Amino acid sequence: MTVSEFEPWNDPEAKPLIHFQNVTKRFGDFTAIDDLTIDIYEKEFYALLGPSGCGKTTLMRMLAGFETPTEGTIQLAGQDIVGVPPNKRATNMMFQSYALFPHLSIWENIAFGLRREGMAKDKINDRVEEMLRLTRMEKFARRKPHQVSGGQRQRVALARSLAKAPKLLLLDEPLGALDKKLRQDTQFELMDIQEKTGTTFVIVTHDQEEAMTVASRVAVMDHGQIKQVATPAHIYEAPNSVYVADFIGEVNIIDGTASPNGEDTYAVKWCDNHAPLNAASPLPFSEGQKCHLAIRPEKVSISADKPEGAANMVQGKVHDIAYLGNISTYYVELPTGAIIKAQTANTRRIARRSFTWEDTVWLSWTATAGVLLAE
Amino acid sequence: MNRMSRFNAVSLTLGFAFLYIPMIILIIYSFNESRLVTVWGGFSTKWYGELFQNEAFLNAAWVTIKVAVMSSTIATVLGTMAAYVLVRGGRFMGRTLFSGMIYAPLVMPEVITGLSLLLLFIGIGLDRGVMTIVLAHTTFSMCYVSVVVSSRLVTFDKSLEEAALDLGCSPAESFRLVTLPIIAPAVISGWLLAFTLSLDDLVIASFTSGPSATTLPIRIFSAVRLGVTPEINALSTIMISIVTVGVITASLVTKRQMARQKAEERAAERG
Amino acid sequence: MMRRFLLIATPYFWLLALFLVPFAIVFKISLSDAAIARPPYMPQFDWAEGIRAFISQLDFENFVFLTEDDLYWKAYLSSLKIALISTVLTLLVGFPMAYGMARAPTEWRPTLMMLIILPFWTSFLIRVYAWMGILSNEGYLNSVLMWLGVINEPLVILNTNIAVYIGIVYTYLPFMILPIYSTLERLDGSLNEAAEDLGCSRFSAFWLVTVPLSRPGIAAGSFLVFIPALGEFVIPSLLGGSGTLMIGKVLWEEFFSNRDWPVASAVAIILLLILVIPIVLFQRNQQKQQEAEQ
Repeated sequence: MTVSEFEPWNDPEAKPLIHFQNVTKRFGDFTAIDDLTIDIYEKEFYALLGPSGCGKTTLMRMLAGFETPTEGTIQLAGQDIVGVPPNKRATNMMFQSYALFPHLSIWENIAFGLRREGMAKDKINDRVEEMLRLTRMEKFARRKPHQVSGGQRQRVALARSLAKAPKLLLLDEPLGALDKKLRQDTQFELMDIQEKTGTTFVIVTHDQEEAMTVASRVAVMDHGQIKQVATPAHIYEAPNSVYVADFIGEVNIIDGTASPNGEDTYAVKWCDNHAPLNAASPLPFSEGQKCHLAIRPEKVSISADKPEGAANMVQGKVHDIAYLGNISTYYVELPTGAIIKAQTANTRRIARRSFTWEDTVWLSWTATAGVLLAE
Repeated sequence: MNRMSRFNAVSLTLGFAFLYIPMIILIIYSFNESRLVTVWGGFSTKWYGELFQNEAFLNAAWVTIKVAVMSSTIATVLGTMAAYVLVRGGRFMGRTLFSGMIYAPLVMPEVITGLSLLLLFIGIGLDRGVMTIVLAHTTFSMCYVSVVVSSRLVTFDKSLEEAALDLGCSPAESFRLVTLPIIAPAVISGWLLAFTLSLDDLVIASFTSGPSATTLPIRIFSAVRLGVTPEINALSTIMISIVTVGVITASLVTKRQMARQKAEERAAERG
Repeated sequence: MMRRFLLIATPYFWLLALFLVPFAIVFKISLSDAAIARPPYMPQFDWAEGIRAFISQLDFENFVFLTEDDLYWKAYLSSLKIALISTVLTLLVGFPMAYGMARAPTEWRPTLMMLIILPFWTSFLIRVYAWMGILSNEGYLNSVLMWLGVINEPLVILNTNIAVYIGIVYTYLPFMILPIYSTLERLDGSLNEAAEDLGCSRFSAFWLVTVPLSRPGIAAGSFLVFIPALGEFVIPSLLGGSGTLMIGKVLWEEFFSNRDWPVASAVAIILLLILVIPIVLFQRNQQKQQEAEQ
């Protein structure tokens, strides 16, 4: 661990800015948040990722003060904030719809929260100008929200929620309404602004690419529970469950039973008339324990000839090819009927592609390419 | 779908003729010299002159306007509150009864509303006059206001109010600074509707007014029971003109506003 | 908390005091006896005698009276008949107009809409009054027809039920057109094209696709005409004749001319009972439509 790296979650001394302790939220019979405990540290860019209805928005709304937990406590900088109304909280929120006040100009929108604080006029002026500069909206200050484009509205919403210099900024699907190209540019802008202001950001999104791009840590949620909290790289390379592996990116899952055959290595028996697969895992598995081997398609090599010395290899037939321009995904059908996806970068022109439908091919991967999962 | 079929053109023409010819005849004959209303005796504006000398009509018009301004203003306040309670109020005791009481007056025959209010006023010994008409008109028109305003509130983006709270507003401030300015057009049209309903009402006013307060519809009704008169034609023409000018202006203004907003939005998207 | 209480309580108590309590009073008086007194009914509530004594004096006499005198029967039945026939007539006039508006070029529609709404803002009384001049024996209609030589004798229309039908259709037409127009306007034009593509003639596409899909609008419009027409007072008293029996008029006369408050109240209660069915149906129709929109 080098000191320069920003990893407060690995520092036992660090005090979290936000602390959820056994929080449960029920709406009638429906449990939106199920006994959840998490920590969010200062200056983090924390992403809540999950399918719609997983509870991520409820979690954020509890932080903003629009919902109160049924059970449990939420602390902000060591103080219990359950019961503090939203207008008395040092948090601000950027809404999915932006919620810009249509009857106020962009300048007045940004000044809105500052005026409520009773800040002096010239100070408000300075602060609004600063926010306009930060979001590059100086030229549009006198316009009404409907007189600027969608991307500009998004920046105004950001400026307005940052104006009060909140301890914590909540972003609810902040880029959901933008088209793909603009979304990518804005992601970097968000990261830039987060770094400049040093504010803690919590972002809710269902877009895993967005979460991976912007976040320092990603929390994958499902059915009101946190499945895994880790850095984007860790979540991709070392998912802790089939759910997380499957939710983030593409993955091949091979079910089998494990038997230890070395130090941290296991033989995975997955099919009666094939040799077992070799996989390394830091997690212990007992003899005959059910397991799932998760391998990313880009870690599977595809070749016409039998590869020499590969730890794992299987033979199959090309069932389908998805050509995406920069990469191609081959869907290879194994004799057992299972389909394994293999991805290759298209470094050559398409005419020189070596495989086509119904070709017999070999798939191979190393022992450390996959992750062995218990559930 | 840019060309209309002959059938549609004919049915629209006939329909609008049916709607407008009676009013047009009324207007034309208000300028008739002759007292015999069906015989054209040349152009004249003398009935307008007589109308403006008729104390009884002028008094009634004054009472009517007073009643309409007061009742529609109170009804707008109460109706907006009621709409807010219905749409945003959440659960409270007797909510079903409350929404029932909001919708029932809309479908209640006027004779019943009038009768029941009169019996109440007599029961509690309230002298009938301007005040009782105002109370009666407020009661039924607040329901119309509440329907107009609540249909706007239903489509109101709730996150705007949440954003206001998030930025430090108390709930009351968020209503005053954000909700009210945005729903203002609906509140204004609610007021106009309440005002018109009050101006228009004959039945409820007849039940709840006393000898001291006669409204214009009561006066008109007792005059026209006996037949068509040129003064009433003139009065009708004045009322129709006011409404026509009002409605056309309002629709032109909203049309212009919408066109401008659309143009600005398009310009903004182009950058 | 106090604010929330005030917000709910102010309109709530207003409606309780000026809507619900008056009904209780009507109900009570309908069970009282007429008396030559001020106010002209018995019993008056007297705290000294207590509630029990008060209740024991109430009876259903007035309702029995309503069933015995066939004036009331006839008035209820004829109100129902007039309201029903005029609703059908309004639908027959209104549907083609709504359809024509929904099929009109888009840029015309706001203007057409305004032309429909304009009469709605104009005084109801004046719109009814306008027909008196047209329909009377020496009225404009008869003058034109006689001048054209279509008829020799003036047609007697004013002070008949026909005039009442015309009056109701005329004044309530916007209420029929607006809901139908709003359902028709939202109909996807490609539905009819699909029906024609699948072998329907233009007419059968209209009959099998457009009409069923506009049913909620037709229902809403019909209730909006039927319900107020049933208790109508102004139209029958200005356009109808002595033979036109409508319950709104009967109630008015019981109250103002005969000064029989208990009977007038009983008439009101029965009218309300008759109205409960269409009102409940109407509410259900509206609810279904709202759910369908969500």
